[in-house]
Amino acid sequence: MLSDILKWGGKRPDRSGGAATSAATRDEPVVVSKGLPKFLYALTQQPSPLLLDFGPVIGTNVEHFGERLGCKLFIEDLLAEIDRHTRAGTADQLSAALEKRFRHGDGTVDGILAWDVFDFLDKNAAFTLAKQIVRMLKPGGIVMGFFCSVPSEGAPFTKYEIVDDTSLRHRHHAGIGGSKRVLQNRDIIRMFDGLNVSESFLLKSNTREMLLRRK
Amino acid sequence: MWKRDEAVKPAGPAGSGPAATPTPSPAASQPVESVRPTSTSSASSEPLRGMEKSTVNIGKSVVIKGELNGSEDLTIEGQVDGKIELRQNVLTIGPNGKIKAQVFAKSVVILGEVTGNVTATEKVDIRDNGSVDGDITAPRVAIAEGAHFRGSIDMQRTGAAKAEHKAESKPAAASAGQPATAGAGAAAAAR
Repeated sequence: MLSDILKWGGKRPDRSGGAATSAATRDEPVVVSKGLPKFLYALTQQPSPLLLDFGPVIGTNVEHFGERLGCKLFIEDLLAEIDRHTRAGTADQLSAALEKRFRHGDGTVDGILAWDVFDFLDKNAAFTLAKQIVRMLKPGGIVMGFFCSVPSEGAPFTKYEIVDDTSLRHRHHAGIGGSKRVLQNRDIIRMFDGLNVSESFLLKSNTREMLLRRK
Repeated sequence: MWKRDEAVKPAGPAGSGPAATPTPSPAASQPVESVRPTSTSSASSEPLRGMEKSTVNIGKSVVIKGELNGSEDLTIEGQVDGKIELRQNVLTIGPNGKIKAQVFAKSVVILGEVTGNVTATEKVDIRDNGSVDGDITAPRVAIAEGAHFRGSIDMQRTGAAKAEHKAESKPAAASAGQPATAGAGAAAAAR
């Protein structure tokens, strides 16, 4: 057809999907984080920080940590791992899987974004993961984790998108979710033997934002 | 009044575009071991006025094992196992593309699956439904919603931008790094 030859009236790229995504994004809550600025500041004190992210990959976070802070970023999507085990009914094997998962050497990591992953782990898996974190962190290295104060069944996963240096957008995650378990402060201190609780903030949502540092 | 679009001409021997069958450059240290060219393997050129810009397509049914070098933009819809080097050009892994290879290019756009390390001198762009299992090294990395990625990202950032960020974040977080016991630093934060 003539229009084909001249490329008139051709189908334009469909941008409706993108529009729908951004509309959904706008509806998701943006929450002020007290721990995030301190975590970011700690990273800027390192020359080329090596950062582990236990959440799913998010483009804006990659840009923030990679482009702005110059981090070497490792994505270790543990929500995907939890999701896979939950769907397969092999949650009891999660602890063993976490023990073998990380390829990083002892004392090589500057920062870890644990987000709220610990809430979805049973006690065994939580202790295993904490042990791996302590092993991988450099002296002075920092972890940021969110811990719930109220248990809940069938809680959805959340992915945390950095909006700016002080706030996070709590976004819907497509995963199956799971039960959220409460770790008491004393459990956390015991689990992270070798780390200090550097900062702890109790949000109005009853979530505890904690920063832990390797001694 | 109007000119015939060169792109609709049937591919002929006189065309300036690349050959229909994807072939490695002579510089390749390891030849392509098995190429199954079919009708889906095609060459298409986008004639830009005064420019010799072209893109080669490797079709869905094409399987390449070995090393792939070139100096043209390339779109892969088939499978490549081995190594891909397009240091001055754009590599696009189409939605049907399945790559198990080390990739080196100026810019890489991924809509399909890549298993292996990806190095770009300009940008790596993982689009919606694109998947990468491997390490990315590039000054710019864009990852779309719905993309899958597992591995590391090294963006080789310049020192100037970092210094700028340090200056920005210092006043807000000056108290960071002072150890305290659990709960001692607890504070109610506005949500």
